[in-house]
Amino acid sequence: MKKALIAAPAFFAALLFVCVSAFRGGAPSASAGYKVGDKAEDFNLKNVDGKSVSLASYPDAKGFIVVFTCNHCPVAQMYEDRIIELSKTAKAKGFQLIAIQPNNPEENPEDSYSEMQNRAKEKSYPFPYLMDEGQKVYPRFGATRTPHVFILDKNRTVDYIGGVDDNSDASSVKKKYAEMAVDAILQGKKPEPSFTRAIGCGIY
Amino acid sequence: MRFFMLTFLCLPVFMKAQTPGLYDQYAQLESRLQNGGDTTFVVNFWATWCKPCVSELPFFEELTQKTGGQKIKVLLISIDLKRDLDKRLLPFVQSRKLQSEVNLLADSDVNSWALRVDAQWDGAIPVTMIYNKKGKRFHKDKFADAAELASFVQSAQ
Repeated sequence: MKKALIAAPAFFAALLFVCVSAFRGGAPSASAGYKVGDKAEDFNLKNVDGKSVSLASYPDAKGFIVVFTCNHCPVAQMYEDRIIELSKTAKAKGFQLIAIQPNNPEENPEDSYSEMQNRAKEKSYPFPYLMDEGQKVYPRFGATRTPHVFILDKNRTVDYIGGVDDNSDASSVKKKYAEMAVDAILQGKKPEPSFTRAIGCGIY
Repeated sequence: MRFFMLTFLCLPVFMKAQTPGLYDQYAQLESRLQNGGDTTFVVNFWATWCKPCVSELPFFEELTQKTGGQKIKVLLISIDLKRDLDKRLLPFVQSRKLQSEVNLLADSDVNSWALRVDAQWDGAIPVTMIYNKKGKRFHKDKFADAAELASFVQSAQ
């Protein structure tokens, strides 16, 4: 009996070690996520109108602009009108823009489903605004901030990752990276640049 | 005792509030780091609108208070908009009586300068860089507590 008592903690410690190791190996690290050239997996998330939306909802799309954005972030707010514009220009070219809100509403009450509905209505979003319920989709993409843009061709290959453009101040923009990427894909070329850095709010 | 109390109460008044500086180009900050001699710079990139950034500011303040004169210099680099320098950053710094040096970096070409801070940084804040003669070290995301920041700084000494 005494032997068993001594053995038990050791056994549990070993079990714990195995479990922790397994999790560390299996869980996505902070830098995980799609790289340019990867094929994106489809998702199925609830839109502000209550319906589910996935990439497959747009079988005729020539490509997709997936934007991780939210209500609360000042950078996302500065980009809101530009994202609306981008969705319209892209739509005219056959691309579908899909916005996904990745924050946990318990951390950011302004990003709750009902606040998302209010915002989408107020600004008449011409694109779906989806809630990443359970925060499972943004890590798969490797989104780290809002706004964060991923552009996919019609076969769902990720061709561009980064910012909407090169300047958070709308009046000083010189390069519209997202729009340039859409045009490149339509011409059968690889976007240049295909990866850009931009300031944004961390996802929590 | 009464004198002691009085001194203690007046202390915050004597700590002078600062006016944040301005770097229009990342190169200006970079050249300051490169010409810092024996100084170890602890450079934190943050913004007044970034909640996790604001929550870790006390760790940097503690570091500034504890290491004054030890050739460690904390630089809080705000990436608020230039037009918010007087409107948001100045009142923020003064109401909190921040003692670490605060500068606003208004270089909007983030895609170029973020790479010079660290190749693995894509622009999400907060991040912290240590810069000294030995080289550069980079910390993604916020620190859990002041002790984690202190050991990060220690490791670069």
